[in-house]
Amino acid sequence: MALAQGLARLMRRAAGSDVFHSFRSSRVTVVAAIVTALIFLASFGAPLIAIQNPFDPANLDLSVAMRPPVFWGGDWDFPLGTDDQGRDMYSAILYGTRLSLVVGFASVIVAMTIGIVLGLVSGYVGGTIDAFIMRAADVQLTFPAFLIALTLDGIARGLVKSDLHDEIALFVIISSLGLSYWPQYARTVRSSVMVERTKDYVAAARIIGVRSWRILWRHILPNAMGPVLVIATINLAVAIITEATLSFLGVGMPPTQPSLGTLIRIGNDYLSSGDLWITVSPGIMLAVLVLAVNLLGDWLRDALNPKLR
Amino acid sequence: MIAFLLRRLFQAAIVMLTVALISFVLFNYVGDPINAMVGQDTSLQDREKLRQELGLNDPVHERFARFVGNALQGKFGLSYRTAEPVGRMIMERLPATLELSFVAAMFTLLVGIPMGVYSGLYPRHWFSRVLQTVSLIGISLPTFLVGIIFILTFAVLPKTCQHGLVIAGVTLIDCDFVNWFALPAFGRGDVVNLGVWTTGFLTGAGLKALILPSITLGLFQLTLIMRLVRAEMLEVLRADYIKFARARGLKNRSINFGHALKNTLVPVITVTGLQVGQLIAFAIITETVFSWPGVGQLFVQSVYSADIPVMSAYLCLIALLFVAINLAVDLLYYAVDPRLRTAQAATRAA
Repeated sequence: MALAQGLARLMRRAAGSDVFHSFRSSRVTVVAAIVTALIFLASFGAPLIAIQNPFDPANLDLSVAMRPPVFWGGDWDFPLGTDDQGRDMYSAILYGTRLSLVVGFASVIVAMTIGIVLGLVSGYVGGTIDAFIMRAADVQLTFPAFLIALTLDGIARGLVKSDLHDEIALFVIISSLGLSYWPQYARTVRSSVMVERTKDYVAAARIIGVRSWRILWRHILPNAMGPVLVIATINLAVAIITEATLSFLGVGMPPTQPSLGTLIRIGNDYLSSGDLWITVSPGIMLAVLVLAVNLLGDWLRDALNPKLR
Repeated sequence: MIAFLLRRLFQAAIVMLTVALISFVLFNYVGDPINAMVGQDTSLQDREKLRQELGLNDPVHERFARFVGNALQGKFGLSYRTAEPVGRMIMERLPATLELSFVAAMFTLLVGIPMGVYSGLYPRHWFSRVLQTVSLIGISLPTFLVGIIFILTFAVLPKTCQHGLVIAGVTLIDCDFVNWFALPAFGRGDVVNLGVWTTGFLTGAGLKALILPSITLGLFQLTLIMRLVRAEMLEVLRADYIKFARARGLKNRSINFGHALKNTLVPVITVTGLQVGQLIAFAIITETVFSWPGVGQLFVQSVYSADIPVMSAYLCLIALLFVAINLAVDLLYYAVDPRLRTAQAATRAA
């Protein structure tokens, strides 16, 4: 009961806030939010609304391979056609989108965690540790994150046998994406920490004997989270794009567990023969997803940035 | 100035050494170089002997010094995949990547700056709004998807032409004409071999083959430059010296281009320089989409087959390019912006 009341109070507070007002007054953002929500629902409800499980090899049937979609002269058995293995494209796209979203969120969380911890330590402790972490971030920021993720994937391939690699591909790609995006979080958190640590409330906490890690975690971090969340939203779109790109290049998710990028890669081989649907429908899905998330990220950045108000 | 240059050079050397160290670690600890060189039936003694001969049992710092020495001479050993010398493999493919990146960079600047200036001068014009929206889409679309869309539109669809454009029995556009416009989407076309360099600039087919890949590669940077120039123009045009120039009755053209554009170029130079590095990295994707025989494609193949020597050589090469470009941009920035020089003179005086 108390929980429900609290939730209701929170909702009322959210509905009356500046952020919600700026959300409602931007029509593009509302549309983007609706589209994103629909994609989330469809992809995470995939087992309920999909025709088949595209990850199950038992569902591959070569006799129905390369069927065109309905609007291309196909039939309703496979509304968006099938790929070269006889996999239903509609189901594959739903599951593929889910995979893309999982990789996107998980890698953002990994990057955020590494970045926050290193940023907190760097900004609070200072000295040699700070210099070391920040130089590492500098060196890494010299290169595009995409290149670093690609290299990390290659290293993983060197360390693990190739048949095993397909099984752990999901973890490899999440960790390589996570490891390539941490510097921007670390830098942001560090600069916030350096501002916050000189403030009176931190001095007061220290005087009454609060331990360092508790000051960092409970007092400083909440004040540094605003910009981190903005970076995370924009980062989500980038992570989804990067995952799709890696999969498209053939070094991301394997064809047995296709993400959107893998599906586009499969279809790319049939592009010049005119069988466009294998590429086009996952391509449209990816473009819409990334555009919607980007628009939300842009809006959030403007809404949370007091300078622009 | 000298102190500034030295500090930058020092930082560059640190970055290069870090990358060399990473490459070295990869080279030595990911996969066994001996396994890659000998067959299954080689005995343990023979392996140990080879290890000794190759100096793989030497202390780590000696091996690292040797690695750096060899790298400086462009020696990165043999590829695990093709058993060719890595240095030669990369040198063979470098011209393709550099030509592609160069054309893409030119496209970015020659189209992006005018677009940015236009939408900065007339921000409320409908065409500027169209440019803004299109550029948002350009930033959102992944490069490989842009490439696929281009291939579909300019290479695949023209080939499906059967009747051309026929209205009321009159053929307005026939298929020969459509096909004349179709662009190649695979490979470099005809290239001329100039000894150490192969170029696609000297043949019609080579130039035509450059069009789609370079536009694909440059599109993201184009939108970035356009948005940057627009934002800078909007800001500069509000400055007092522009108002003063207008009050003096200078011609619009001289204000817009002589005063405003000139002052927006400083950040544009920085960003362009940094983007050249991005271009070379993103060439990995474009090259794969268009089967362009460059170093990026080679890198993807190496990642796929865990060909560590090629990977580490490519990383060193890219690091060198990035560091060189960053250095050049810093110096250019310093040369273009007089405020930097005076700021430093001021700190020295104080």
